Amino acid sequence: MKIRMKTEIKRRIFQILAALGFNLDFPSLFRGEISQAKTKGICVPVLNCYSCPAAIGACPIGSLQNAFNTARHNLSIGQKKLGLYILGSLGLIGTLGGRLPCGWLCPFGLLQELIYKLPVPKIQIPKILTYFRYLVLLFLVILLPILVVDSLGLGEPWFCKWLCPAGTLEAGVLLALLNQGIRAQLGFLFAWKFSLLILFLLWMSFSERPFCRTICPLGTILGFFNRVSAFRMKVDQKACIHCDACLKVCPVNIKIYENPNSAQCIRCLKCESVCPVSCITHGLEIREKHNQRVPEEI
Amino acid sequence: MKSKKFIFWALLVISLSLIIIGLLNGEFQLVWLKAKTVCLECIGLG
Repeated sequence: MKIRMKTEIKRRIFQILAALGFNLDFPSLFRGEISQAKTKGICVPVLNCYSCPAAIGACPIGSLQNAFNTARHNLSIGQKKLGLYILGSLGLIGTLGGRLPCGWLCPFGLLQELIYKLPVPKIQIPKILTYFRYLVLLFLVILLPILVVDSLGLGEPWFCKWLCPAGTLEAGVLLALLNQGIRAQLGFLFAWKFSLLILFLLWMSFSERPFCRTICPLGTILGFFNRVSAFRMKVDQKACIHCDACLKVCPVNIKIYENPNSAQCIRCLKCESVCPVSCITHGLEIREKHNQRVPEEI
Repeated sequence: MKSKKFIFWALLVISLSLIIIGLLNGEFQLVWLKAKTVCLECIGLG
């Protein structure tokens, strides 16, 4: 298990550094105001709310909804700002790594993994619930922000407003704690979002990465790229003994030997680390070279 | 495998093109303006 520990420690270090790196404006945190950093024009590859006081990047899903819910208004006044920069950023992240940022960089993913370590009974997520994320993406992120608009053609960021527990935790709760003005204005919507957050936090202790697997629209978008991204997983089908050691450690409960680049795979590489015959590898497909290991290394 | 490689390069070119078109269109500024303002929906104020 030497390699497993090495990979896991490396991944944990990446996750912690990324969580800090995407939220680097500590002075804003202490002031209880959100960062004004110029870097907030750059979309980060993870679900990290831009209203988190310390955030120094833009959440791509928040930005995308904002582009969609202002698109009709912008068109009506002759501005062709339709979110191409955000779509391009998402495409670039997906094309290079697919869901790699989910497993290695996402702060909300890290939180879920840490809470799952709590010693409580564990329950599997029914497969049917994992399809719910496509509905979330289609309706809350794309259709409703575009279609439900006021007389000026302006819509709302439905996912951020009604569902996103990452925003509630990183921005809502933090700002409510740090800023008296915001705390005084909290009402029904905050109560709704806070209740959802509590439910998700509870679910995280019973099931592994429930938000990523059933809700996250960013993971869903990046998952579309898993099959064609530069970073890809590979399974040597001839060497695989179907022992299911990979399935036992998989945080998203997939059989990687059936579909090495499943849209659900977050590329955490746990499977690769535990494979007794080293038939699972990863690498940059454009280089036609995979990270090969020999069984003796385990 | 070759088709996947082609799709990869096509997606890469499309993504970079979209980023460049968006940047030229002033969308970086738009993203920044939204990101530096408190998102009332995100924090639960509506």
